[in-house]
Amino acid sequence: MARFLLRYGEIALKGQNQHFFLEALVRNVRRAVADLGPAQVHAAFGRVIVTSEADPAAVTDRLRKVFGVVSFSPVHVVSPTQDEITRAAIDAVERSVDTQPRAVTFKVDTRRADKRFPLTSMDTNREVGAAILQRFPHLQARMKEPDVRVQIDIRDHAYVSTETIPGPGGLPVGTGGKALALVSGGIDSPVAAWLGARRGLTVIPVHFHSFPFTSERSKEKVLDLCRVLAEYTGPLQVWIVFFTEVQRAVQLTVPDALRIVVMRRMMMRLADQIAGHEHAQALLTGESLGQVASQTIESIAAINAVTQLPVLRPLVGTDKTEIVARAEAIGTYDISIRPYEDCCSLFLPAHPRTQPTLQEAEAAERGLAIPTLITEAIGRSERLNIVPRWTAQDSGLDEAHPLKILS
Amino acid sequence: MTHAPTEIYLDNAATTKPHPAVVEAVTRALVTDYGNPSSLHGKGVAAERLLTSARDAVARTLGVDLEAIVFTSGGTEANNLAIHGTLAHARGRHVVTTTVEHSSVGTPLQTLAERGWSVTALPVDRSGRVSLSELQKALRSDTALVSVMAVNNELGTIQPIEEIGRVVRQHNANGGRAVFHVDAVQAWGKIPLHPVAWGVDLMSLSAHKIHGPKGVGVLYLRRGVQLAPRQVGGEQEGGVRPGTENAPGIAGLGAAAQLLSGAVEANARVCELSDRLRTGIESISDARVNTDPKTSVPHILSATFRGVRGEMLLHRLAQDGVLVSTGSACHSHSVTPSHVLLAIGLLDADAKSTVRFSLSRLTTKSEIDATIHVLAPAVTELRALVR
Repeated sequence: MARFLLRYGEIALKGQNQHFFLEALVRNVRRAVADLGPAQVHAAFGRVIVTSEADPAAVTDRLRKVFGVVSFSPVHVVSPTQDEITRAAIDAVERSVDTQPRAVTFKVDTRRADKRFPLTSMDTNREVGAAILQRFPHLQARMKEPDVRVQIDIRDHAYVSTETIPGPGGLPVGTGGKALALVSGGIDSPVAAWLGARRGLTVIPVHFHSFPFTSERSKEKVLDLCRVLAEYTGPLQVWIVFFTEVQRAVQLTVPDALRIVVMRRMMMRLADQIAGHEHAQALLTGESLGQVASQTIESIAAINAVTQLPVLRPLVGTDKTEIVARAEAIGTYDISIRPYEDCCSLFLPAHPRTQPTLQEAEAAERGLAIPTLITEAIGRSERLNIVPRWTAQDSGLDEAHPLKILS
Repeated sequence: MTHAPTEIYLDNAATTKPHPAVVEAVTRALVTDYGNPSSLHGKGVAAERLLTSARDAVARTLGVDLEAIVFTSGGTEANNLAIHGTLAHARGRHVVTTTVEHSSVGTPLQTLAERGWSVTALPVDRSGRVSLSELQKALRSDTALVSVMAVNNELGTIQPIEEIGRVVRQHNANGGRAVFHVDAVQAWGKIPLHPVAWGVDLMSLSAHKIHGPKGVGVLYLRRGVQLAPRQVGGEQEGGVRPGTENAPGIAGLGAAAQLLSGAVEANARVCELSDRLRTGIESISDARVNTDPKTSVPHILSATFRGVRGEMLLHRLAQDGVLVSTGSACHSHSVTPSHVLLAIGLLDADAKSTVRFSLSRLTTKSEIDATIHVLAPAVTELRALVR
């Protein structure tokens, strides 16, 4: 039986609606560990406690991916008496010394949320510290950067741990409204969607698919990216928009230099429509200012003009190297660099306009039957339910089920 | 997604459709003769009989002894076993190969080069052939291995294996000690193969290129050639390739090999189809065939369509049911052109605009005509899109 103590930082600062965030966090943690085996998850005295019969390493992997968790510790839970706490602390130090034989310094860190406990935090530190020194004479107490840090959390029970594992932080998914995330299959857009979800958004990935200009495998790639995101967010509703005819029409009627901006405007229009179907309140993109021609402030302004919805751009201030590092940490990078081209790269003109005006963009798309193209693209789109890779599916290997196609 | 009307499979150099006789042989080995060939009881004997009969069928296609046939998991393993198995106890530290080998030869040799081996990759001419004088110059007293493919997988070019064998033999007669390996994966069933007469020591074959199953291949091992096993723990395949034999796969391989009798003779018909397709391609403006008909098997046609990305044309043709390959692998936002196409002097842009049509002896005239029919409009349509 493994127990974990989860810290949720920011949520604690919420006022009257704190319980709303906390309930979401408990629900999300419960979902994250549910398939591993019987588990209890409950909120208690400013922490979330997870009790699971599963392999602790497996539970740890899941908890690392629950948004809202700032950090967590595998803990031993004892009744809040001086004797029990001291014994648990010595046990914990013993295990730490076993796993890191070179440890020579330690520190005891007590938090006393339950002020009925007779000793103050300082007193407890001293008492427990003395007991540890007596039992492990080779150890020395040190306040700064100790090799072993014994944390004692005195609440309804006493929680004793020597390990603190960072969580992803943020807010629980489902507490921040709903946004449509434009996902291309590149490196940036999955990271942007991840960052949005980390702030509590329910994210609905939308991909624009241009078969036969791009391969079936580029769609599989996007679904695989969504499967990684789903490890953090839970099941995702993914839209695969039939973009072929839009792409064809743009290629045939729009002047070279303005094709990208018009194509992006068409994507935004489609996303705006789908947001209506999904009752989403915002769009989210992987744009980072100045990276490519379509990401100058002029291009962004011209692209943004087709929607009234707020467009969130979590990557706007990041450099490519930071995005890559984040993608690697999330686990999307290796999928993003798979060798299938997306439609943007295939149709990239030699010299796209870097500073298109809104007037130019509007003039360039005069030859497009925009409402017809949009209706057709949405009508022929697929909507799939994507679950994390660890989730067993009745349908065998294929995790993607068409739900319903809106007309 | 619209579904293709009928399937015209012109990607036979990638893999072939298993012949019904092959499917039957594999099924029989799975359902009835499922014993372990090493078992002493009747089931084991029946399974062993399958192996022997397959070995016999393969040996006949090469005109060699049964004992010279080693079953592997496919062409890649056969090539790796040939290279590493030879070089494990070689005295020399030099290898000769070509610039147009398949990656299952190219990559192991590249790894050896990184470990300090000296590797000479012979250049090829515009048709993709190596020159014998270049080979003669490259051979050294410490040359341990010469590895040359018989038929190129992207172009169909036939290398002068018989002549190369003669040069290697002459070199060895003058004190050289080079082992001669031939990757014949694309050649089997398409050109006559005479490893004994040609002085070939090792020859790699694969079942799934001749309408057999995937996951099974052959290394021909001339008697007397020393080969260090790459895996140990069993006496199967003379200890060179231990492990319980893939009996169903090998049974399928045997069936496919049996069907090869008369296959090379069928080339005249494949040639006709190939010429027909070539004419069709060349009637399209700014399109050219890279495969030289004089020095190639008729089964493979590499063609460049200027101004059309190969991958895009591939997907567009697939919509009309025509399945082909590109010569290039895409990498995220750029395309790395094929080393073979660059080696015969194609420009980067042309290499990226190249697709490969590969026929089988079972391809029909109406399939070729249907392909020609959809090809020109597809190219025109895509060119209009990427003006």
